[in-house]
Order: sequence, then C-alpha cells, then structure tokens
Amino acid sequence: MMYDVIIIGAGVSGCAAARELSRYDLKILVVDSAEDVCCGTSKANSAIVHAGYDAKPGTLMAKLNVEGNRMMDQVCQDLDVPFERVGSLVVCRSDEDKSLLEKLLEQGHRNGVPDLRIIGREELVEMEPNITDETQWALYAPTGGIVCPFTLTIAFAENAAANGVQFQFDTCVEKVIPTESDTGRIFRLQTSKGELQAEVVVNAAGVYADRFHNQVSADKIHITPRRGSYNLMDKTAGSHVRHVIFPLPTDKGKGTLVTPTVHGNLLIGPTAVDIEDPEGTNTTADELGAVVQTSGKYIRNIPYRDTITSFAGLRAHEDSHEFRIGEVKDCPGFVDCAGIESPGLTSAPAVGVMVAECVADILKPSARKDFDPVREGILDPKTLTPEAYRELVSTQPAYGSIVCRCESVTEGEIIDAIRRTPGARSLDGVKRRTRAGMGRCQAGFCSPRVMEILARELNVPLEEITKSGGASRIIVGRDKFPQ
Amino acid sequence: MDMNKTKIAIIGGGPAGLAAAIEARKAGVESILILERDRCLGGILNQCIHNGFGLHTFKEELTGPEYAQRFIDQAAELQIPYRLNTMVMGIALAQDGSGDKLITYLNREEGLVQLRAEAVILAMGCRERPRGALNIPGFRPAGIYTAGTAQRLVNIEGFMPGKSVVILGSGDIGLIMARRMTLEGAKVQVVAELMPYSGGLKRNIVQCLNDFNIPLKLSHTVVNIEGKERVEAVTIAKVDEKSRPIPGTEERYECDTLLLSCGLLPENELTSGLGAVISPVTRGPEVNESLETSVPGVFACGNVLHVHDLVDFVSQEAGQAGANAALYVSGGTRTAESEDIRVKAEGGVRYTVPEIINADRLEDTLTLRFRVGAVYTDIYESVYLNDKRILHRKKKIAAPGEMETVVLKKSAFQEVSDLKSITVKLEEE
Repeated sequence: MMYDVIIIGAGVSGCAAARELSRYDLKILVVDSAEDVCCGTSKANSAIVHAGYDAKPGTLMAKLNVEGNRMMDQVCQDLDVPFERVGSLVVCRSDEDKSLLEKLLEQGHRNGVPDLRIIGREELVEMEPNITDETQWALYAPTGGIVCPFTLTIAFAENAAANGVQFQFDTCVEKVIPTESDTGRIFRLQTSKGELQAEVVVNAAGVYADRFHNQVSADKIHITPRRGSYNLMDKTAGSHVRHVIFPLPTDKGKGTLVTPTVHGNLLIGPTAVDIEDPEGTNTTADELGAVVQTSGKYIRNIPYRDTITSFAGLRAHEDSHEFRIGEVKDCPGFVDCAGIESPGLTSAPAVGVMVAECVADILKPSARKDFDPVREGILDPKTLTPEAYRELVSTQPAYGSIVCRCESVTEGEIIDAIRRTPGARSLDGVKRRTRAGMGRCQAGFCSPRVMEILARELNVPLEEITKSGGASRIIVGRDKFPQ
Repeated sequence: MDMNKTKIAIIGGGPAGLAAAIEARKAGVESILILERDRCLGGILNQCIHNGFGLHTFKEELTGPEYAQRFIDQAAELQIPYRLNTMVMGIALAQDGSGDKLITYLNREEGLVQLRAEAVILAMGCRERPRGALNIPGFRPAGIYTAGTAQRLVNIEGFMPGKSVVILGSGDIGLIMARRMTLEGAKVQVVAELMPYSGGLKRNIVQCLNDFNIPLKLSHTVVNIEGKERVEAVTIAKVDEKSRPIPGTEERYECDTLLLSCGLLPENELTSGLGAVISPVTRGPEVNESLETSVPGVFACGNVLHVHDLVDFVSQEAGQAGANAALYVSGGTRTAESEDIRVKAEGGVRYTVPEIINADRLEDTLTLRFRVGAVYTDIYESVYLNDKRILHRKKKIAAPGEMETVVLKKSAFQEVSDLKSITVKLEEE
C-alpha cells in the first residue's frame, strides 16, 4: 500500500503530527505495533502541562514546551480534553536552595514563561496546607497545569481520523528501506503485516525511534528507556495537594512530583532509572519505595493506604537530552520526531505543528478545505442536568446502565468508545477512553461486563477479548461443565 | 405509593438488604423499596455456589444461591418491591428540615430519579482489595484477578480465567477459589499469605487446601510478576516480622494466573457522601446499638458495616437494622436519658460493632461483634461495664479470620449505676 506519509508510532507525538498533517490533502497512515493508540509512554507519565522553566534556554525543548503550553487551551477546547491550569510549584527546604529556584526563575524568563515568581513559606502554606514544616520556598508557575494524557492522545487520533488519516494497529515495523524509483524516492517499510510504502516517513516511535533513525542515517542517535514509577491514589486523596508540586530538579529530571489529576486522583512519581529493555515497564519494590520516600520530604501525611495502583512508564531519553525533530540530513524524506521525553506531553501540540511543517516543506501539499479541527468527546452523562439525563436515557437506555460503579461509567459511554475511529478493542482501550476500570476496585467488578459489551459490539467470542491486545486474553477457556 | 417517596429505602439487595427488608416489613412498614445494582437479587451469594451457608440460620448446609433464594422467596411473599439494574448515585439529607433523605438513582427504565425516604438502610456490601492497592511490583499483564472476579467468571459466566494458578492471600474467597479452580481442572500451585496466620476460616483451610494438597505458605508474599501480555511467572518470598521480603528466599512459579484474596473493603462511598462518620478500623460507618449511623435515620448492616465471615451473621445483623429502621419511621425509637458511650476495644480487640452504646435504647439484649488483631490461644474474652466484669469467657483460640460475638443482657446494664465506660478486651486469665 502506498501512502504520502506514514507515521510510525501512535503516541501523543505521532497522533498530534497526524492531526496537524490532516489539514493537508495527503494520504496518511499511522502505524503502531500495539493494538491501540496511546500504549507506550503517552499512557504512563505525569499527566502534567509544564510551564517551561526547566529546559535549557535556546533548546528546541524549551521552545516547544512554552509553545505547547500556550497552545494547550485551544487544543483542549477544540478536542474536548480535560485540562486545568492548576499552577505548579517547585519547592525547596533551605535558603541555600533558594538560589537554585532563582536560577530556574531566570531560566523561565529567558524561555518566555509568563507570571513566574518565588513565594515564601507563608504564602506557600496557604496554597498547600500539607507541605512539610521544612519546606521554605517555592517557584510558582501559574501556567503549569494537568491534562488527561489518554484523552489528549486519543482526541488527536480521532480528529486525525475524522479528517481522513488511517490507522493500522498490531503492525510492527521492522525495517525502513529508502528506495529510489522512477518517480523519485520512496520508503519501503517491512512490517509484521507485509510491506507498506510512503514518500515520507515520520519517526515518532518513542523508545524505538533510534532503531528506525539508525536504519536510514549514518548520523547515529541513541535512546535510553528511562523508567519512571508512579503511585496513583484514590479520589479520596485527590485534594491532598492543589498544585503540581515538584522538588528541585536533578540531572536525571524534574524529580518526584505530587499532583492532583484532572479526574480528582492524587498521582505521585516518577522515579528515574535507566534500563535496557524498551518494554521494561515493570515496577520494582525499590522504585516504588523511592516514590514514597522522596515525596514525603516535602508533602506530609500522603495517604498511601489509599493507593489504587502503581505503574511505570519509559521516557525516550536521547543522549543529547534534546528533541530531535526534522528531516534527517542524509536521508531526505525521513522526518525524525525522536527523543521526545518530558516535556513531550506538554509540547505535543507544538511538536505536531513542527513535524507537519517539515513534511509540508517536502511534499508541498495543498490544504484541505474541509478540515474540521473540532472533536466531540465521549459524552459523560454526569455532566448533564437531571432533566437532560432523563431525556438521554429515554432515547438511549444504555446511558441508564452503570457498568463501572467506582467511576460511574455507563454502558452508553462504553458503546460510544468502541464505535469510534480508532475505537476501543480491549479492556484497557475502554478504560483509557471512559475510565471504566480505572477506579478504586481496578476493574474487579466491571471487567466481566465490559468484556460482554466488547464481545457484542465487536462481534467476537468472549474468549477473544483481551486486556490490551496480543496475548493478553482474560479467559483461557470454558469451565469443564459449561452451563 | 407515590413513585418518588418511600418510608424505608434499602441500598443493596444482597443478603443484608433482603434480611433488613424482611424484618422491616414484618415490623409493619408498608412502604419499602430495595435498590439493587445487579441483574438479580441475592448479591455476591449468587456466585458462591459452594455449600456451607445457613448452618446457624437454617441448621442445614446450603449453597450461596440457595441461601439467597430463601430470603428472595420471603421478600416475594411479603411483596417487598425492588428495582434491579439500579445504581444509587448519591444520598443527601433533604434541606427542608424534614430529616428525610434524598436518594438519586439511575436505571434504564426510569433514567435519573430522585427518591425521598424517611429512613435508609445501607447494605452495599464490600469490594476486594485490588493488586494496585497491594503495591506488588512487576508487570501488569492480563491474568491477575481478585478471587471474587475469578469466581464470577467461573461460576456465573462459565469461563476459566487461567490454568495454572498462584494465589496471594488466604482470605475465604481465595481458599474457596483454590478448590474451585482445582475442580475445574486448573493446577493451583500455592497459596501465599503475608501474615503468619490465615485470614480465612479454619474449615476452609481444611476443606479447600489440605484436602487438595495445595500448600499454604504463611509469612510469604509476591515480590515479582513476569509476563508482558499474560502472566508467565510469579515469584514469592518469605517475609520478616515487619512484612519485608527476605532476600534469598525467593521461589519462582511458572503460571498464567495470579489470584488475589487480600482483604475486603466495605464500599462506603455513598455513606461518606452523606457525611456519616466512618471508622478508620472497619472502614464502615460508626453505628450505635440500633445500627444507626451518625446520620439519624440511616442504618447500616452486613459487609458495608464491617466485613463478616458468615452470611448467617449478616442476616441476623441486617434483620436488627431493619427492625430498628421500622421503629424509627413509626416514631417509636426508645428515648434515652443517659449519655452515649463509646465502647473501648482493648488488649488485642481491634474494634467492636456497634461502637456507640446507649443503654436506655437497648432492646432486651445487645450483640457486640468484634475481631482480634492476632492469633491467641487459651485466652479470655471479657466485657467490663465501668470496673465491673460482666462477661468472662474462655476461648481455646481466637484469630483475626474469625469474627467474635458476645450477647449482653440489658439487665446487666441496668444493674450498673452511673455507667461511664464499656470495655471489651482479651485477658490472659
């Protein structure tokens, strides 16, 4: 199959790029080895919209962070994504460390971050009553925020799809081969599902981006999966802090933060451990212990008893610690979108624009006249008035049936999630789109019901329903004595 | 009956809700409504197809569905109305000074409905502690289920969640599922228990593990889960007295399934939303001798109040809650002149239910249920009113997995003048 553009990787960067490229009259495919969008780094991160004072002035990282932050309101409005500018705080415990805050402040000014200021303990305690006694100073960034990373990624993908972009999942790209043909240069992509061809390849493959880059370029890059572990707490703990709270940054990153999520949970993490395995998203006792220990230094009485899950994600850390976005010099038509580690989620809207501009420079496409930037999210009936809710249930009774009791998710929402493009095909796919199974019982009660709905909607036997695609089947067979 | 008004609303149609409804009706309350979120009445008993239910209540051994059916039949005879597939979204106090409670519920037929009730009986049951809450390190593949989820898949849906199983936690559902999975052809390799004692009933250890040669490893926990898509192996290790894994004691089991039976948590989101005081120990609402929460006219019973081992006791407790709710709506609540007294749980006793007693409001007897915090042998259970010991009972063994019950006569309270304290404790002699 021949495409104008193939994007490798359906994470937030790939999907943002796809959405931006869908403004043009191009035949575009997003390909991913997973069964859905948002299955890598995009699903396991801090869910933070960074203000932009961390990155070194003059870097692409700094530029796209600040731009992405600025774009986030409009993007989230157009795409119906939960986003709140709750503000962020970098806290420190001594006057000595205050100079480091001042350095960050200065860096933030140079990066163009608005409204930054350093606040003293008195104001800090008012903003964050659960700060520890030792914590003295903070850098306050009102433009910092929190976003739902699942919805952002899925919304980019849905909007791209609505504007003509195609998605192909469960397809592992093995090799990218630049080939000269009569009509010019094309790329042949050998995949687990046969060959794909494109004029332009966008390499948004996250922790695998170095693999594809190095297949086509002599200028090698190297990406290290840098693992971060997190603890997620019940909504009962969600108001323990009100802002995104960071410790002072270290050379490994921005440190273990404590933050509310847009859905009202409390999230704590990440750690930073360099590993070899690009699939190594396992948690370890040491790293989970470190999360608890570090956060306790600046936030007191974190109710760890209310933990509902822990998880780990991998940052795609490139050796130069810089976003590598652009056409690869010695391989025309191959566009890198590599090394997208934190603040990658924040930067995604700006990354998408930059990648799209790059591709447009190569292909010189015409703009689509019918591009529609608006995506309507899955209706959450809890947001309706009682009258409107009754009206909805009278016409669509599925909205009257609660499937996930912890998060109050109805069958109507789950059906919507499955019928969308790209739609949910697994328990995790449903979970990321509707939050069914994301609550305090962690799918104990609702998974049999969700499996039933998936099987019915996708018209497949119950046995084939998976947690997250591939071999992740929930059941292995029937009872000895089927009823 | 006005569609949107009822005397007593009962949240949950499991064993607790059913027994409460039946007793309330028998006490003469006409207007009762049970709200049940599942497709049928009976609650979690419907998936408990093993026997052993009803020994205390019916003096015979019934399966879970049979036990539930006896109560469903009684409720039907008494023509107690109920709604199925109905989720209660919230409970609030009416702001008109009536003391009524406003219940918002949702179902496919009626949509979002507000129901006004004079009294509410909370009978929502409990949920299982999931893997995430246990902080078990490792991957997060398919193949990790709470024992109750597995029980539902096997017993209700007819599907096997796995073939080769490790179980963490020796709670009763885990023990029952060890036997159930074995009977269905799975290989249950081991049950690991973090504590130095089992969390389940002795009879379940014997009948579900010993009879099938399934080893129970006490003071062990899971330290790693392997497998990126489906569970491939689970590693367990011995733990020290502070529950920390001891390096070098790891044992790796190749398996496709990890079942968790690591504790049950009362489901009190509605209760908290209503503003009722929640006990940090039981995680259920604090109740008085009438099983009434800190919100007047709101009663609680069964596993939402505190987790029980035996459904017979749930039924008993719920019946009492139903009768007290009936008394409340008829305006017949006994008046009290003396002060409420908070029961002191001491010397190995973790909590009591009820925890607040007013002697004036007692009927003829007071049933106090409690759990101990460790395994004790040859111990005495004692109850003191002020300094006067009114109960001193020898127990050969007392364990956290078995709920204890003492029944005290009202006359014992009346014999103590100026009652200031009630204490339940374990004593060596």
